[in-house]
Amino acid sequence: MPVFNQSRGRVVQIIFASVFFVIVCQLINLQLFSAKYKQAAESNALFRKIIYPDRGIIFDRKQRAILENINSYDLVVVPAETKGVDTFSLCTLLNIDTIEYKRRMRDIIIKTGNVRTGVFEALLTPEMYAHLNENIYKFPGFDLSLRTVRSYPYSVAAHVLGYTAEVDTSFLRKHKDEGYQMGDYAGYTGLERYYEKVLMGQRGVKNYIRDNKSRIQGDYEKGMYDTAAVAGKNIHLSLDVELQKMGEQLMANKVGSIVAIDPKTGGILCMVSAPTYDPNYLTGNQRKRHIAEMILDPRKPFNNRGLGTTYSPGSTFKTVVGIVGLTEGVITERTTVTCPGYFTGCGTGKPKCLDKGTFSFKEAVAHSDNTYFSTVYKRTLDQSKYGGADSALNVFNQYAYSFGLGHRLGIDLPSEKKGNIPVSADYRKIFGPKWYSCNVISNAIGQGEVNTTLVQLANVMAIIANKGWYYTPHFVDSIEGGDENKMLEPFTVKHYTDQRIPDSIFDAVQDGMQAVVEYGTAVASRIPGIVMCGKTGTVENYAKINGRVEKQLDHSFFGGFAPRDNPRIAIAVICENAGQGAWNAAPIASLMVEKYLRDSITGQERKEKLEEFKNKNLIPRLMRMQMAKMDSLKQIRINQLIQQQKMNKELNDSSDQEENSETDPKVIPSAPIKKQVPKKQITNKAAVLVNEDKKYKKYNR
Amino acid sequence: MSSRNNQNTISQGLDWTIIWLYAILVSIGILCIFMVEYRPDTNWFQSFLGGKTNYSKQLIFAGFCAIVAMFILLTDSKLFTAFANLLYGFGILLMLATFVLGKSINGSKSWIPIGGGFNLQPAEVCKIFTALALAKFLSRQETDFSKLKSQLLAGVIASLPAVLSIMQHELGLALVYSAFLVAMYREGLPAQILIFGSSFAILVIATLVVEPNTLALSLTAIAAFLLFLLRKQLKKTKGLLVLIIGIWLFCVGTQRFVVPYIFNNVLECYQSTRIYSMVGKEYDCTKNKKSEKKAGEKAARKPDDYNVRQSKIAIGSGGVTGKGFLKGTQTRGKYVPEQHTDFIFTSLGEAFGFIGCIAFLSIYLFLLFRIVKMAERQRSTFSRVYAYSVASIIFFHIAVNVSMTIGLFPIVGIPLPLISYGGSSLLTFTILIFILLRLDADRQMVLR
Repeated sequence: MPVFNQSRGRVVQIIFASVFFVIVCQLINLQLFSAKYKQAAESNALFRKIIYPDRGIIFDRKQRAILENINSYDLVVVPAETKGVDTFSLCTLLNIDTIEYKRRMRDIIIKTGNVRTGVFEALLTPEMYAHLNENIYKFPGFDLSLRTVRSYPYSVAAHVLGYTAEVDTSFLRKHKDEGYQMGDYAGYTGLERYYEKVLMGQRGVKNYIRDNKSRIQGDYEKGMYDTAAVAGKNIHLSLDVELQKMGEQLMANKVGSIVAIDPKTGGILCMVSAPTYDPNYLTGNQRKRHIAEMILDPRKPFNNRGLGTTYSPGSTFKTVVGIVGLTEGVITERTTVTCPGYFTGCGTGKPKCLDKGTFSFKEAVAHSDNTYFSTVYKRTLDQSKYGGADSALNVFNQYAYSFGLGHRLGIDLPSEKKGNIPVSADYRKIFGPKWYSCNVISNAIGQGEVNTTLVQLANVMAIIANKGWYYTPHFVDSIEGGDENKMLEPFTVKHYTDQRIPDSIFDAVQDGMQAVVEYGTAVASRIPGIVMCGKTGTVENYAKINGRVEKQLDHSFFGGFAPRDNPRIAIAVICENAGQGAWNAAPIASLMVEKYLRDSITGQERKEKLEEFKNKNLIPRLMRMQMAKMDSLKQIRINQLIQQQKMNKELNDSSDQEENSETDPKVIPSAPIKKQVPKKQITNKAAVLVNEDKKYKKYNR
Repeated sequence: MSSRNNQNTISQGLDWTIIWLYAILVSIGILCIFMVEYRPDTNWFQSFLGGKTNYSKQLIFAGFCAIVAMFILLTDSKLFTAFANLLYGFGILLMLATFVLGKSINGSKSWIPIGGGFNLQPAEVCKIFTALALAKFLSRQETDFSKLKSQLLAGVIASLPAVLSIMQHELGLALVYSAFLVAMYREGLPAQILIFGSSFAILVIATLVVEPNTLALSLTAIAAFLLFLLRKQLKKTKGLLVLIIGIWLFCVGTQRFVVPYIFNNVLECYQSTRIYSMVGKEYDCTKNKKSEKKAGEKAARKPDDYNVRQSKIAIGSGGVTGKGFLKGTQTRGKYVPEQHTDFIFTSLGEAFGFIGCIAFLSIYLFLLFRIVKMAERQRSTFSRVYAYSVASIIFFHIAVNVSMTIGLFPIVGIPLPLISYGGSSLLTFTILIFILLRLDADRQMVLR
């Protein structure tokens, strides 16, 4: 009976074999022809950890580190392992309450999950770190994790050095092919931005295997595909940190800028922009709050006024006008012009001049005679050999361009403005094709459409000091380990002004500028023992207030260099709305020059002057009003909050409120920007505002 | 014809090929479990000696199984025929006892705790008893398997434990009992049943995979094509036309109404979800009548195709040659759930790739063919039926287990024979194989 079914044994074997065949087919499909599974496996299990190299350190001209890395600690936690944590003592150490503890824990679990490490408190203060380090064994699941942050030991040059920040989506979009990814830090402003490629170094990659809960299980292939991180290169600046520091002190409570250049190299010795801020202010864990605070400040502390704002150069521009006039031969050094109180050449009675009398070239520079330079400018444009104002202005502009005006200098900081040298096309639009020199006469004294940045002005001074050449102003002298990206190459090219200008003309201008300081407008800023050449400027300016254009207090300008023979420093200073150039800009410049040339201020009188200017408050009236307005708005908010709290608590005592509402916008001077952040962790919103208010008051009195 | 010498009872007539294959497979199994458990930062030797890890436990199981195997080889083969029915009854009793004593592991209440932290799964062990009982029944002199009555009785013997398994929510184990169809086929079960059964299974799977209307259309097309081919015969015999149209109606009806009915009314929500997720589709649990009753428990869950996806990723990422022993990233990262038991094949696929899989499957196929060959050389019906039962049980386990890891079959909890971690499973297959070896060694005797 079993015999007749024998063939079925074969059938059974065929069934077995065919099912195995189907399985093999599917295996072929999965293992040989589906690349997607390999990718899926990699994205499953491979964890690529980016190893961040240390950013390069920035040194000043005397090899002092002014931007370096310091170690900082984050308190990190794995929520799943926090059983048995002494929550109360941890909260006491961190100055938080248990509600905050629970909230943060919840946030971490939402953000990174229960079994992975999340940051509980970033950037611990040294004291906090010390306390926690002693007691960390009490808090299972918590750990201290090291990271490096940027630190500014001198707390100066915020605008120059700039800051780094975590990249955001717009940054990633702009720098698509540079290998940034979310979580990276990159330079956002200043030198940190400009020299990002040099400072950032090369990131390394370490490959790990992770498990289904994203826990690291070990190296992938024993680190075969890992790459090492290469530290960023250090860079050396021409900046003098001591000079920068004194500049910032001198500009405290003023709005304006100081730029000093070494005329021999084009290296920038200092660039102060006031108001400034402590760059360390933007590295701690309160950074976001501080940025918001500063963005709202009407004095615009983030603006680098050294190159990000253009000004009418005022009388300092007369040096350029004079050089052009002498070169073109419309005047000589001996040409005299008489001023009866105003410029008579155009019949409009403008511009006026301060000192009546007859001036030679030197005296005209020394006393900043408007009539003299209006005459020079008019004669230059009216020259018949050029056949019209259009081409004459073009000739004038060629000179101006060769002085580095009207276009970007190419300084090694981002967001440099180019200023403005008006061309005839501009005037044809305004005055029609038949415009003539009298239409544009205010350019002669630097008041018209001519606009320069302060760096450009300092550079003009350097050119006059050098008698006709300059290197593009720059901060970085050298890069350790070589300039691979050829970023410093533009700064090794010597630029010459128009070759027709002979040294004798520069001598004549220098004579005049020396006279400015010896007995002219800036006589009060004379430095005993140092021959300084300079030119003051007093710039009329207007502001729109409530839709009405109002004349503001003049900007105070000074440009100069010293010593006259073998010049070592060229400087330009502006103090916004601080009156005549001789009042504020010139003395500040003289102090800076002395500091740089002598390393200190000598003489009792000079020292007193230093203190006087450090303490002078010259915040423009307009800004004071805006600040007061903001303060009082804040005040109203505070009052409302307090009112609410009182309502809630049903307290009758109203003395607190009265005290708070006594703000008078006119008497409130500004609070200096450099203020210490309250270190204490604040838990209550109302408390924050009250604190702030008290702080302001303390400064106000 | 050879006289039995009491001194070498054990080794005489034994098929050493199968013993070697058995040993190789068990070793591969322990190595696979080791791969799954391995952590580079822990001293594996120490944890191995500690006996806490699964691979050392499996080694202990293997040692125990070796002892059991020795005992089986020492017994008289007549014992198995004598006790077959008794053991079957005992097995059924054990399964019934599970409902009372049972312990829930992984959602199915099919385990009996036997102390020492070990649990026994009667449904697993019952396969042996059923194989013996079926062999006993078919080898009875009064059984004429060409009669429908005997066929039905054999079917009852095979399906009784299966029904009990389903009641214990062990769908996978229940499916295994259909393997006995292969043994019955060899003994004369009409081929139509097998053909019909597998065609029906293919139809069900096609219903899942193919879009309903497309399938209905293609079925109609096939029917029309058949009618066109057979148009001359149709004129002669009207019955053929009726048959074809009948089959067509049946197929479309199944696809349209029966299968959805089964998914919505017979199967549990999680089972339907699994089956659907295997083909990469979502099953809408709100359609399920059973889940409606206990709607209070949980809202519709997302389809859990995680297992299949990860399993396919692990195997697929192995490529041609694999990532190497202990280098599987998916295995080390524990991405595949239940990797040491039901999904053990994935660790092999990842570490050794396509070539490894082929080699591994060849060992299995060789084992199966060897058993079939062995079955055919038996002189007694009992031994032959038993041998076919063993072959088909092992085959069914391999086919279903491997197919589910590579996404060809819904996920049902079936271990890979001799490889997967688990004492019950290893013991069952050991007993199955070694009883066969014992019977084979005594093949010259006529057992009734």
